[in-house]
Amino acid sequence: MKNKKQILETAIHGIFLVLGLITVGSVLLITIYLVIAGIPAIREIGLFKFLFNDTWKSTAQPPSFGILPFILTSIYGTAGAIILGVPIGFLTSVYLAKLAPPKMRSVVSSAVSLLAGIPSVVYGLVGMLILVPGIRKLFHIPDGSSLLAAIIVLAIMILPSIINVSITALEAVPKEYEDASLALGATPIETYFRVSFPAAKSGIAAAVVLGVGRAIGEAMAVMMVSGNAPNMPSLFQSVRFLTTAVASEMSYASGLQREALFSIALVLFLFIMLINAALNFFLKRSKEG
Amino acid sequence: MKRKIIALTLAAAAALTALTGCSEKATGTVATDGSTSMEEVIGVLGEAFMDDNEGITFTYNPTGSGSGIQAVQEGRCDIGLSSRSLKDEEKESGLTETVLAYDGIAIIVHPDNQVKDLDVETISKIYKGEITNWSEVGGKDSEIVLIGREAGSGTRDGFESITETEDQCKYRQELTSTGDVITTVSQNSDAIGYASLASVNDSVKALSVGGVSPSESTIKDGTYVIQRPFVLVTKNDTKLSEAAQKFFDFATSDDAVELISKAGVVAAK
Repeated sequence: MKNKKQILETAIHGIFLVLGLITVGSVLLITIYLVIAGIPAIREIGLFKFLFNDTWKSTAQPPSFGILPFILTSIYGTAGAIILGVPIGFLTSVYLAKLAPPKMRSVVSSAVSLLAGIPSVVYGLVGMLILVPGIRKLFHIPDGSSLLAAIIVLAIMILPSIINVSITALEAVPKEYEDASLALGATPIETYFRVSFPAAKSGIAAAVVLGVGRAIGEAMAVMMVSGNAPNMPSLFQSVRFLTTAVASEMSYASGLQREALFSIALVLFLFIMLINAALNFFLKRSKEG
Repeated sequence: MKRKIIALTLAAAAALTALTGCSEKATGTVATDGSTSMEEVIGVLGEAFMDDNEGITFTYNPTGSGSGIQAVQEGRCDIGLSSRSLKDEEKESGLTETVLAYDGIAIIVHPDNQVKDLDVETISKIYKGEITNWSEVGGKDSEIVLIGREAGSGTRDGFESITETEDQCKYRQELTSTGDVITTVSQNSDAIGYASLASVNDSVKALSVGGVSPSESTIKDGTYVIQRPFVLVTKNDTKLSEAAQKFFDFATSDDAVELISKAGVVAAK
């Protein structure tokens, strides 16, 4: 009887182990595949030329494969989204965590969750139909598809992750800190910014990094609003991101062009690894602090 | 019981034969090789062909027109696919072309645009960035916004080769589908774009080119110039395999016309 139970236990252990390994296996598979698929084109083109040449003409004769415009666009676009999105997201989370009456809080929170659930193609579509023509009219430029449009869409898309993680961080601040501050005569707002915020700093940093990760990896929405011409980034110009560079040409690419797209994916992957490392670092610190 | 099954099978075979009009069931493979622009039309045809002919495998190797022609010459495939007419020396070397369809590319602008007609040379200048304002071609005073397709797209390849603007186009936007191009042009009164004629709808205006407006008939008779043929290339001195012949007959038959137009091109039939 006991023996039977033991066997069952072991079997279930085994099943769970296998299930756990599926995730690890997928990560390994993707990493290995990306490296194998991404290296040949970099070898052929030359790492320096690939990363720092500013011209991408993949089907020209002779072709030119420089992804500097994509790298810079991805960095600028993400930075822009963070600059716009973080203040809005952070202040919203302060309001929700500390100030909002319960009813208001539940309404706003459900709106935020809804925002997180909207598929990116819908963001793109709305951006394409409303934002792009709006930018064109507002700034009197010939075409509204631009880095600015992408930044605005990305800023809205990263709001839910920033808000949710920041709320958690703010709520984790021990109530005694705030009570002490209030007892010393500080106003509530002073308390939130001088006491709660510093105490929740690493959690909020994690929120920002999460937002960066979401923004840099987004393809569909930015593809629909950014115009996709491989220009060096400029606010009102049509630009192409690392993600969209892979996605837009993949369907008909062949030969070295296709291999180069895999190399772009590899570069993007390295960026995301870096961001993940940063995220882990901040999360760890927030736990310890 | 056994006899019944045999009878049924025979009946089914007879019915199939009556439907397809063929006397025997062919097996084997049909290998095609060539133009990447023909991917869609050949995909549609190949799929329908395989549905009708169980046992025949249809393959398509998207390598480009030049490689396709070379492949059929060297006997590496049954039928070569080319999105341009054969050159004289290619014909002399023993190849035959059969036009399958014509790919007509419409030049589209916003419906409010006053410009109605451009010639190929002007279109080429516009796309090369030598003409940048609509007022230079009879429109209002505003910058021309060039909308195109992504590198590698068949439509882009076709447009650029006909207008001789390969690798020189100063695109403002490179979009990844015909639908995107049409939507974008329909929303921007200064935009110009290109799309295969079959997909153009009322939300945009197709320009006439050199006085000829694009339509199935002007594409077929060759007066609308932004078009190119999709050609099946075969070898004169080698007989096609039974399966390949069957595909060839199917693709050039009346039955294929609808499938071909579904792929966005004008059937040559």
